[in-house]
Amino acid sequence: MSVIAAPPPRRRWSRRLANAWPPALVLAVVVGLWAGVGALVHAASDVLPGPDLVVRSTWQDRSNLWPAAWTTTREAIFGILAAIVVAVVLAVAIDSSRTVRRSIYPLMVASQTLPIIALAPLVVIWFGFGPLPKIALVALFTFFAIAVGLVQGLASADVDATNLLRTMGASRLQLLLRVRVPSAIPQFFTGLKVAVTYSFVSAIVAEFVGAQQGLGVYMTTAKNAFRTDLVFGAVLVTAILTLLLFAIVTVLERLALPWRRPASATGTP
Amino acid sequence: MAPARERYGDAMSAGARLELRDLRKRFSQADGSALTVLDGVDLTAEPGEFVAVIGPSGCGKSTIFHILAGLEDASDGAVLIDGVQTPKRLGVCAFMPQRDGLLPWRRVIDNATIGLELAGVPRAQARERALPLLERFGLGEFARAWPWQLSGGMRQRAAFLRTVLMGKPAMLLDEPFGALDGITRGDLQQWLLDVWDEVGSTVVLITHDVPEAVFLADRVYVMSPRPGRIAAVVEIDLPRPRTLAIEESPQFAAYESRLRAALRGRTDPVDEPAAGTAGERP
Repeated sequence: MSVIAAPPPRRRWSRRLANAWPPALVLAVVVGLWAGVGALVHAASDVLPGPDLVVRSTWQDRSNLWPAAWTTTREAIFGILAAIVVAVVLAVAIDSSRTVRRSIYPLMVASQTLPIIALAPLVVIWFGFGPLPKIALVALFTFFAIAVGLVQGLASADVDATNLLRTMGASRLQLLLRVRVPSAIPQFFTGLKVAVTYSFVSAIVAEFVGAQQGLGVYMTTAKNAFRTDLVFGAVLVTAILTLLLFAIVTVLERLALPWRRPASATGTP
Repeated sequence: MAPARERYGDAMSAGARLELRDLRKRFSQADGSALTVLDGVDLTAEPGEFVAVIGPSGCGKSTIFHILAGLEDASDGAVLIDGVQTPKRLGVCAFMPQRDGLLPWRRVIDNATIGLELAGVPRAQARERALPLLERFGLGEFARAWPWQLSGGMRQRAAFLRTVLMGKPAMLLDEPFGALDGITRGDLQQWLLDVWDEVGSTVVLITHDVPEAVFLADRVYVMSPRPGRIAAVVEIDLPRPRTLAIEESPQFAAYESRLRAALRGRTDPVDEPAAGTAGERP
């Protein structure tokens, strides 16, 4: 017979460590397998470079890698910012007017069925090889997740709260700013987190098609020189940067929602 | 009343006279048929009076409030405020919904002042008005707390403070204590009476709790099950100020049994007055 006892209260950091070690363990196993398989089959370094080689070469080539990473990071961030602007405008319009909702929302969903990767060459033809087409493509890739989150969030506003403010004589704008927008913030961040995970990938895809600098260019160059270790390195850097951006959004989310009841809080005074 | 006037400042106002005449409300349903929710409701609250509406769930009590507050229009009948037909009623009465309606992203003080804020009162001025009342409402230490940090009774007090602060001549309270335990409830009822005494506005209260209606109200309207009608009107002629001790009195018990009987639809209040009561309306 087992008795389920409530876990003892833990401090914040020890709980974070407790949350961190399972994925860290899995990661260690994967890296170990990577190194082990490479050693076992005596893989050539241009097919499967070992983790140690990847880290070493990437570090040696950092003077080339950093500017590339910085270019792509800028494209990803500006793309996300553009996506936020587009998503906010669309979501508020969709939320405010039934006509807009009926005419725009289906098109917005349909826009996601476009093969956006296939659009990349077109965007380059229109906007050239600079950063603009990359930003446009990142925005195109990511606005949808943000917009859908916002539309749902705005619609999730509590009917009772809305009615209450109406009885106080609130205007539509006041209702939007004081009830609907605050209600939408949690789902906005959910959408934003999804968008962030797409952002680097879409910037890199745009760079594959044509660019002067960036991680996409770096990977193409490394591949053409059979420097598989550097391709791996660029992939790793992309993953780390995406995680970093994700972490920043998580922090912003916490700052934007100070009123949210912490999940660990129990009871009331 | 001088100290109360000082304390509540502009929040204090003379009560309004509310009158519903032959109010009817029909909703059209999905299958095209009409659902009659209110079928001729007459109700009057004199200036400064405390009126309770009691009835089984689904009898249209809340619909009466939605119409009074201006959220919905009546299908038929008239709504008179201070004797004048008032078709645009949003912003006229202070409405306290059944669930407290506190906005989770606003601190207690900002929830309390939202009515003033929407009315265009500058933030600093609204806070200045709210701060002494927070104390009076037992929320002094919780001005900066988030709503989730409050207990159920505190949430209701915060919601009621928000309602009082709007400074409207009439307050509509929709089952304000419905979700509270008995002890908290008794305390808050007592306290509500004290505040009402100081504020002086007209109060209409919806409840499904018979002792609550008797304890608080000058007059109780008993509603029939849907379609809602006024089945009985009972004047509660108990002396004021009232304290919870009054619940032990025989008159209190008589009023209670009379309301219970009316709720069951058995008694015609005009034909069968209960002991110790006076002044029914037909």
